[in-house]
Amino acid sequence: MAIVLEMKGITKQFPGVLANDRISFDVEEGEIHALVGENGSGKSTLMSILYGLYRADAGEIHVRGQRVQINEPRDAINLKIGMVFQHFMLVEPLTVAENIVLGSEIKRGPFLDYDRAVAEVERLSESYGLKIDPRAKIQDLSVGLQQRVEILKALYRGAEILILDEPTAVLTPQEVDDLMEVMHNLRAKGTSIIFITHKIREVLAISDRVTVLRRGKKVGTKATADTNPQDLAEMMVGREVLLQVEKDEAKPGEDVLEVRDLVVKDSRGAYKVNGVSLTVRRGEILGIAGVEGNGQTELVECLAGLIHPESGQVFLGGKDITDWPPLRIKQAGLGYVPEDRHRRGLVLDYSIADNLILGLHTEAPFRKRFGVQDFKAIRDNAGKLVEAFDIRPPYPHQPARKLSGGNQQKVVVAREFDRNPELLICAQPTRGVDIGAIEFIHQQVVAQRDRGAAVLLVSAELDEILSLSDRIAVMYNGKIVAVLPREEADEHKLGFLMLGGRLEDYKAGGGNNVAG
Amino acid sequence: MLDKAKRIPVAVVLAPVLAVLLALIVGSAFILTVGESPFSAYKVLLQESFGSMRGFATTLQRATPLMFTGLAVAFAFRAGLFNIGAEGQLYIGAFAAAWVGFTFTGLPKIIHLPLAVMAGMIGGAIWAAVPGLLKAKFGIHEVINSIMMNYIAYFLTDWLVTGPFQGSTMIPETKRVAASATLSRLMPPTRLTTALYIAFAAAAVMYFLMWRTKLGYEIRAVGLNPTAAEYGGINVAKITVAAMAISGALAGLAGTEQILGLNNRFIQRFSPDLGFMGVAVALLGKNHPVGIILAAVLFGALQTGAAAMDRLTSVPRELITILQGVIIFFVAAEYLFTRFMKSKGEA
Amino acid sequence: MWDIIKLLVNTTVLAATLRMATPLLFTAVGGIFSERSGVVNIGLEGMMLIGAFTAVAVSYSTGSAWLGVLGALLAGALMGFIHGIASIKYRANQVVSGTAINIFAGGLTVYLQRLIFNMAGVSPAVPRIADVELPLISKIPLIGPVIGKQNPMVYLALLIVVGAHIVIFKTVWGLRLRSVGEHPGAADSVGINVYKTRYVAVTLSGALAGVGGAYLSVAHLSRFVEGMTAGRGFIALAAMIFGKWNPLGALGACLFFGYADALQMRLQEIGIPTQFVQMLPYILTMVALVGLIGRAVAPKASGEPYVKEG
Repeated sequence: MAIVLEMKGITKQFPGVLANDRISFDVEEGEIHALVGENGSGKSTLMSILYGLYRADAGEIHVRGQRVQINEPRDAINLKIGMVFQHFMLVEPLTVAENIVLGSEIKRGPFLDYDRAVAEVERLSESYGLKIDPRAKIQDLSVGLQQRVEILKALYRGAEILILDEPTAVLTPQEVDDLMEVMHNLRAKGTSIIFITHKIREVLAISDRVTVLRRGKKVGTKATADTNPQDLAEMMVGREVLLQVEKDEAKPGEDVLEVRDLVVKDSRGAYKVNGVSLTVRRGEILGIAGVEGNGQTELVECLAGLIHPESGQVFLGGKDITDWPPLRIKQAGLGYVPEDRHRRGLVLDYSIADNLILGLHTEAPFRKRFGVQDFKAIRDNAGKLVEAFDIRPPYPHQPARKLSGGNQQKVVVAREFDRNPELLICAQPTRGVDIGAIEFIHQQVVAQRDRGAAVLLVSAELDEILSLSDRIAVMYNGKIVAVLPREEADEHKLGFLMLGGRLEDYKAGGGNNVAG
Repeated sequence: MLDKAKRIPVAVVLAPVLAVLLALIVGSAFILTVGESPFSAYKVLLQESFGSMRGFATTLQRATPLMFTGLAVAFAFRAGLFNIGAEGQLYIGAFAAAWVGFTFTGLPKIIHLPLAVMAGMIGGAIWAAVPGLLKAKFGIHEVINSIMMNYIAYFLTDWLVTGPFQGSTMIPETKRVAASATLSRLMPPTRLTTALYIAFAAAAVMYFLMWRTKLGYEIRAVGLNPTAAEYGGINVAKITVAAMAISGALAGLAGTEQILGLNNRFIQRFSPDLGFMGVAVALLGKNHPVGIILAAVLFGALQTGAAAMDRLTSVPRELITILQGVIIFFVAAEYLFTRFMKSKGEA
Repeated sequence: MWDIIKLLVNTTVLAATLRMATPLLFTAVGGIFSERSGVVNIGLEGMMLIGAFTAVAVSYSTGSAWLGVLGALLAGALMGFIHGIASIKYRANQVVSGTAINIFAGGLTVYLQRLIFNMAGVSPAVPRIADVELPLISKIPLIGPVIGKQNPMVYLALLIVVGAHIVIFKTVWGLRLRSVGEHPGAADSVGINVYKTRYVAVTLSGALAGVGGAYLSVAHLSRFVEGMTAGRGFIALAAMIFGKWNPLGALGACLFFGYADALQMRLQEIGIPTQFVQMLPYILTMVALVGLIGRAVAPKASGEPYVKEG
């Protein structure tokens, strides 16, 4: 088949990260080419370059045999490249037809010819089998239908190469099936699709070829028929376990955290945690493995008191802390490293010293009588932690904004670990953190366990889960689908469970046992 | 704020200075249209406002209410809130102070005056707490509600001074407040009063509260990153209401000063946009108490000099209002300067 | 009881309602264009005031009140454009920029008044736009006395409302305008020039506010009075919110607020202080805002500078 798109040697450097390192990538006419990799592997950057949102530092793009320059989305649209973003580019109060024609309207004088726009959308929707009501308002549509509008928008602009950026991340299983069918239809009509995902099952179900990226580099491209889940999982996460953590056998004690039938909705009202029960014991690390977006975020935020649960109970050290405000939970013995340090963990414009007391600022020694802050205590605390946690550069008065990602994370870790909490929740503790800091943070987590803390570790990095955890729970679709002792877990098994497989169905070393 | 020797970034000082200079240049154009020399007009202005003790005292007297409204707006800004309702809070605070001033006569000054001042603060605080509450509870932006509250305050006080609390004459104003509730003059015949000390104290209190206490720590955290503040156990809704209320109390003090120090009674619509000028003062003063005092003095000087300029040259005094508008405009468009400086830096 | 109803609802009051609503209509529609594009315009009050003054100055020097209106339109447009430069190009806080314009306008109009007319407070009388009588309509009973004999600018305001409705909801530009104010990123991604659209909308909003001010000075009255807009720019803002950012909704709100304005004197006769009637628009707007919670009707990107990526 003819090659319609070729990207050669694409390199893109962001401050501190080499997001794309000489990546080459091509797409054939009428194929579905899956582009997979963990978060931060460089998929989105690569596609943003293709769509003109970023400019590559080096490399070439050829479309239909011609070398092209893509400086902005307009250029991409003119080359018949369309993109459906993870965050939809739809104007909510406008109708489907208005959104689809926006910017390339069907006019009658200065007026929008709405009836013809509707007819055109109907024609498109019929010919591609994308059922939609052109007169419906976007805000009244489900996420799945909104995505359909985005696809139609690209097709209306004549897209022959369609980029779908993690389209299934926001869909229900039923909607995923519908999307798969749409993709089949599009392929049958000759559209080439670049399908970004990190769900192996989907890759196997629909793609013709698959390209795997890891840490900004291309690992390889294979025909989907020649691969299997284990193979792909290994390509994605890497075979070699980079980080070996030294730790002794766990000596678990009594239950510290107990969660019973917890149900949590997100801000849009969708159920994200569907009846989770789990316990974490003193002196052990319970790792929660899972593909991101399966409810881990909501589970953790609920445990920290930041979201109210719909139902269920949470006990900390035997006390029912359900619905307690965050501060009270903290004071009851929670240490919490949030997954997004910029959103939750730090006030970036506060100094390191001020960040080191966030959440502790209401108590002695940082608060004296009459609500006055004790600057000596704050300064001493900062001096001590900066040294103990090796925060660099070691200037407590500097704003946290000026630190590297790894050092920012050390500020959060220092604050949360130093209090010797009963329960320590670490969500994605080493995301966007350099290797040196990863190692340091891992050692600290183990040290906390050995001190007697109950540790709940949530991570999308299998390496991290496997090297730190004493027990491993797998979360899928808002539920804990399995809890395994560390000895019984390996990458293959966890990968299988993370994709929604059942423990009973797992055959060690088996072949393509995820499909179906 | 831990390291007192911390250097103030150049841009923090430079941008307001540039804004003022640019505004003066724009003002020069206006002065030229009436055929006067900008240089001599500005000289008259400066001489009047800084050239004599008496002039300087008048400058300070004019600056005093602006210090209060500037602090008020800045306090809310630090919590990420835009209190454009200082004008209305000022009126309500002023009326409350006046009411205590003319109602509870016969009290000794040491009780009456503080009581009237407290009333002014409470009046302003309540008026400001409403948009704060609507923001905290329903997420309605405070700007639009503050504007609405301004007009409600105007008409409410209009009614109070033309209806139930009108003084004996047909003039729309209240009775005079008792002497026991007035602020003492510092330098007669100028009308500078001890309100200046209250303003300095308010600035000091704001500094202390904002950078030395737990409450200030929480307010600033909410202003800079509300989600992180929530994570840090800070009750964002409570802080929003508290910050608005304190801001309103400061605005109420501005009104109080106008009653107990200047007019000695509530006159219908007495305020020459003091609340709105507070936005200018706060921005020009970079939302810092010291900057606010300096900015208020600048505006006070402009107003003091305006009369002399009007008298001694053919430049109408309204030039000053124009200048104030232009200064706010340039302060608002600060990105102009940062961009300018950046492009210099890159070149 | 019947007497009270007759006092409150009669052709004189309704005709006055239309007159009072007119300046609000121009300005509210202006506000709608600006906010629909994503720019908050608190400066409407100042733009109205500058329009009112310019109309008088031009009418004074040319002898034509209509040229005065044209002058007000241009002066308002200039102020709108300046607000645009600050809020679009230099990403100024739009509320601050609007406040600056209001203060600036208060000073400028008095400054110029003293320079041009050499008097403070009130300008000399200037030619004004005369009322017209519509040939057939004025003869219809009940309706005739209300809409049959009015100032041409009253009719113009009603036409502007209808026109704005068509422009915003039926034209391609209107579609783009709405998309820019709701989701500038989406508009940008399909090649719509966000900045240009916003400039046009804010400039238009200033022009309309200028005309609204001109109505006060050269149609309703025939002179400029210091601070004569007296908060009407903010009432127009309230009408815009109350009318849910739709011209027809704003028409309803302006008529209601105009009615309250027209009733003031009569209500006072039956013992209701005018000030409470004057407060009404503001109180109702606050109530309406609480009522609108959860149903987002304001343009979503309103007040946010748009920063292009990359």
